[in-house]
Amino acid sequence: MKFTLSWLKQPLETDATLDEIVERLTMLGLEVESVEDPAKKLAVFSVAKVLEAKPHPDADKLQVLKVEALVDGEMKQLQVVCGAPNARAGLTGVFAPPGATIPASGMVLKPTKIRGVESNGMMCSERELELSDDHVGIIDLEGHWKVGTSAAEVLGCNDPVIEIAITPNRPDCLGVYGVARDLAAAGLGRLREGSFPPVAGTFESPVGIRLEFPAGAENACPVFAGRLIRGVKNGPSPDWLQNWLKAVGLRPINALVDITNFISLDRGRPLHVYDAAKLKGDIRARLGHKGEKLLALDGKEYNVGPDMCVIADDENVLGFGGVMGGEESGSTVQTSDVFVESAYFDPYRTARTGRDTGIVSDARYRFERGVDPAFVLPGLELATKMILEICGGEPSNLVVAGKVPDTSKLISFNPARIEKLTGLSLPVTEATRILTALGFGVKDEAGKLAVSVPSWRPDIDGEADLVEEVVRVHGLDNVKSVALPRLHAVAKPVLSIRQRRERMARRALAARGLVEAVTWSFVPERHAELFGGGNATPGLKLANPMSADMSHMRPSLLAGLIAAAGRNMARGFADVALFEVGQQFEGDAPEAQVLAATGLRRGTARPLGSGRHWQGKSGSVEAMDAKADAAALLLLLGAPVANLQVSADAPGWYHPGRSGVFRLGPKNVLGYFGELHPRILDAMDVAGPVVAFEVFPDAIPEPKRKATRAKPPLELPDLQPLRRDFAFVVDEIVAAEQLIRAARGVDKKLIVDVSLFDVFEGGALGEGKKSLAIEVTLQPVEKTLTDEDIEAVSKRIVAAVEKATGGTLRS
Amino acid sequence: MTDKADLEKLEAEFTTAIADAVDVETLEAVRVAALGKKGRVSELMKGLGAMSPEERKEAGPALNGLKDRLTDALSLRKQALHQAGLEARLSNERIDVTLPVRESPLETGRIHPLSQVWDEVVAIFADMGFAVEQGPDIETDHYNFSALNFPEGHPAREMHDTFYFEPDASGARKLLRTHTSPVQVRTMEAGKPPFRFICPGRTYRCDSDQTHTPQFHQIEGVVIDETTHMGHLKWTLEEFLRAFFEVEGVELRMRPSFFPFTEPSMEVDVRCARLGNEIRIGEGDDWLEILGCGMVHPNVLRASGIDPDKYQGFAFGMGLDRIAMLKYGIPDLRAFFEADLRWLRHYGFAALDVPTLAGGLSS
Repeated sequence: MKFTLSWLKQPLETDATLDEIVERLTMLGLEVESVEDPAKKLAVFSVAKVLEAKPHPDADKLQVLKVEALVDGEMKQLQVVCGAPNARAGLTGVFAPPGATIPASGMVLKPTKIRGVESNGMMCSERELELSDDHVGIIDLEGHWKVGTSAAEVLGCNDPVIEIAITPNRPDCLGVYGVARDLAAAGLGRLREGSFPPVAGTFESPVGIRLEFPAGAENACPVFAGRLIRGVKNGPSPDWLQNWLKAVGLRPINALVDITNFISLDRGRPLHVYDAAKLKGDIRARLGHKGEKLLALDGKEYNVGPDMCVIADDENVLGFGGVMGGEESGSTVQTSDVFVESAYFDPYRTARTGRDTGIVSDARYRFERGVDPAFVLPGLELATKMILEICGGEPSNLVVAGKVPDTSKLISFNPARIEKLTGLSLPVTEATRILTALGFGVKDEAGKLAVSVPSWRPDIDGEADLVEEVVRVHGLDNVKSVALPRLHAVAKPVLSIRQRRERMARRALAARGLVEAVTWSFVPERHAELFGGGNATPGLKLANPMSADMSHMRPSLLAGLIAAAGRNMARGFADVALFEVGQQFEGDAPEAQVLAATGLRRGTARPLGSGRHWQGKSGSVEAMDAKADAAALLLLLGAPVANLQVSADAPGWYHPGRSGVFRLGPKNVLGYFGELHPRILDAMDVAGPVVAFEVFPDAIPEPKRKATRAKPPLELPDLQPLRRDFAFVVDEIVAAEQLIRAARGVDKKLIVDVSLFDVFEGGALGEGKKSLAIEVTLQPVEKTLTDEDIEAVSKRIVAAVEKATGGTLRS
Repeated sequence: MTDKADLEKLEAEFTTAIADAVDVETLEAVRVAALGKKGRVSELMKGLGAMSPEERKEAGPALNGLKDRLTDALSLRKQALHQAGLEARLSNERIDVTLPVRESPLETGRIHPLSQVWDEVVAIFADMGFAVEQGPDIETDHYNFSALNFPEGHPAREMHDTFYFEPDASGARKLLRTHTSPVQVRTMEAGKPPFRFICPGRTYRCDSDQTHTPQFHQIEGVVIDETTHMGHLKWTLEEFLRAFFEVEGVELRMRPSFFPFTEPSMEVDVRCARLGNEIRIGEGDDWLEILGCGMVHPNVLRASGIDPDKYQGFAFGMGLDRIAMLKYGIPDLRAFFEADLRWLRHYGFAALDVPTLAGGLSS
């Protein structure tokens, strides 16, 4: 919303300075976005007189002028070369001295020679000063202007333009008058309330108005008023009107259109004028019919929908109600009989029509936020008065169909609410004064206020709204800070287990050398499909994605991380270790949003370092690196590591022979790890090897809360542990874990640790065999073990392992 | 053989041999020659038994004295040789101390600035007694809009540039939450007042430029009880910003604004200085819009099953990415989501750099 200072001062009688007005607007919630003072950019331009004009010796179209101008406070006569056809001795125009910046081009003037003749400064055209598109000649001022007078004054450009942002709840401030009302209520002047007495008609309007809505849709346009004015003379509107419209960025068109635009901007009341000669029969507001079309004022043709409110005559659709009129029935300079429309259109239907057609207009903007229904008739009278004043003509009687909808509201307002909600204590009289100044009716009823809401404030529904009105006008800066009571002397922990795990996962993975990334929640469809998403999981495809590459919610964080690894490789970083802790989606229900802690390692980015180093290069990443990451993470997140099972059945995006799954029980998957499937890397155009892991913190059972924080007592045996090594030859397919479990299970009290320290394949073992060597730690508790004891337990270990694995003790 | 002169000669001989021994082996040979089972001194001592008491009385102490002196000399020499050997070895054991060591994982790992800032925010609000609540990214129209007092068709909905999903069989379409406010409603529905919580989370809008990305992060704060008012809101925000930006003089300016889910609604500016591209909070003559807030709208309380005549309170929301950019001078929001290792290493934080109120939020 833009307006000029002089425009604002029509309805607002005030001595306030521009700065005061700007400051107060913002503090009223009418946030000032910019203040543009056109006088500033014209500061060095001033009135000058051409004393003499002679032909240029060396160019047909140029003249050499002698110009009298005020430069740096001194009256001077300067030689200026000029190409304008209207340049002549005796002309008074606008002069730009050397050093001036030309607003239109940004060019800085310098003394120069044009075809060998010295030129100091420039006589300006309107276009060069951004006043209009006129560039036929230089400015030729009418009347007597003293040389040296500021150009801003002469050109009427000393009116600052203020632009404010209007929040969607304040349609009343989509007119300058509404802005003035707020300022006046805040004590910045007095509001000049207009009056709009009915203009007496001299004949009956030959054009009738009808409302033709089916039952249930009457609210689309509850009231429609109009009047015919005949014998108008349409042409350019007066300068004051043109200047204001231009200042706020509107192109003056003709007096009739300019008047409706003015009333829309000044009063927030959109109107429409029809050329009565182009109407066929009566005007009606009705719902659209399928197949109808409208050539709108923007020159585009639109399809009419059956839910849209249209204005039509007997034959054609003339416009979308509250959105835009039609090209063919609009007024032109030839128009002599006009029909002026003032109606009220339903905000929601207007908004929908606007969205469906994509038309953006000042009318739509106002109607969809809610114009003042009570101003339908005053607005029409104001328009009539202005048309008669500017264009002449003879008015008909009013024609009105329907009636102004009753939007009156009465709110029972307990003024104590103000202090309760804001902490601000202010007298009831001040609250009453503010509300009254804003147009509310206020009656005191036994301590409570009965507040009636003005018709231009559709946003006000209850006490909280009234509190806002009072405090914003009184000044939010009066609200004082009050400490929020402390709930506990020492703050209590607030994070849930899930939240603690989420942060622990981040710190743990970063501590293992991985770098945390935050990637997009959406991925391209083809990437979603690689990780089990895409069409397989309905409900995760966006209807209006930013781009085709952001169309599906990610089924795995790996998609984004692999793509990120590829981008980093393209930048010359081949060793990449990235992780992300975040949400992935198995469906569109809240419980289908799964927290994952996912990471990958590429190139030589191994847990203990990457790249070449004089102490030895680290080599390529291996699936076991990812297992190490996942296992460390699971341990830190509180998973019962001793009870986890590892199996080789990871999802399809992992290498089928070099990947695994961590499970707790047969169904509960805690994580995956392994080398990524070459097919995935190919599809994503990333060179391997890449190893990755995915851990699902929420799958880890929550630990039972213990009654005390005390740890179990530490029992240290007096006797020394002893260690024995065993090596077994087993089939290649035997899982190491089987062997370890078998050994461990022999005597859970005595055997406190079994560690696998060697894996050997090939050589003398033969095809399909491998040797696994373990160290078993025995911890005697009550008495020292005798050689016989040790021999006995060793035998049992060998027997158990051989039974479980089908292997033999390696001799 | 045992007269004094002989012994002195013997002692001189061995003393010289001990002093001349250049290594432990030679020294041992000397010891054996003198004091070994068949050593010359040992042999002499064996002869003591055959002597008369008088002879023994004289020879005994002399021989024992000799033995003790040789033993001491041997021991001293042994130590000296040991010391010399050690010195000789050490003089050959040398490394180039300037060789570079491998970087440890603790040095190479990084925490994303968003996570770091999130931990900072939690540290502050946890101290003020705020719980942390979370909700789903994929929301229904009800939680994202209707329950938050956005009427169907209201222009305020259009300000949100919402991402929608394809409609399901029943025609209902879900959406990506445009703000974290749905978590307010979900949390209040599930519990009973009083409430004091923050909700962090990822949010989405169809928008993209230097300061807008289709995904971003918000943190929302809510306090609901019977007495909390705008003064408490202002204090909470002041204290939070002071702690977060780690500056003393934070000054706020509240301006009236509009959000459907609060009434009254305000935008909050913080005093700042702009020095080129740098923004300094807590000094200067400029204002920087930093967050939106207000008193929770009675309709939102009602939609969450709370009696608005009894309970009231405030809500505020701000961009987590935005405050991260402001605090750490990060110029471009889009870079947050590009996973460029150079950017992550530069703007990221070490794993052990955990923000605490006791130790300071940032080091």
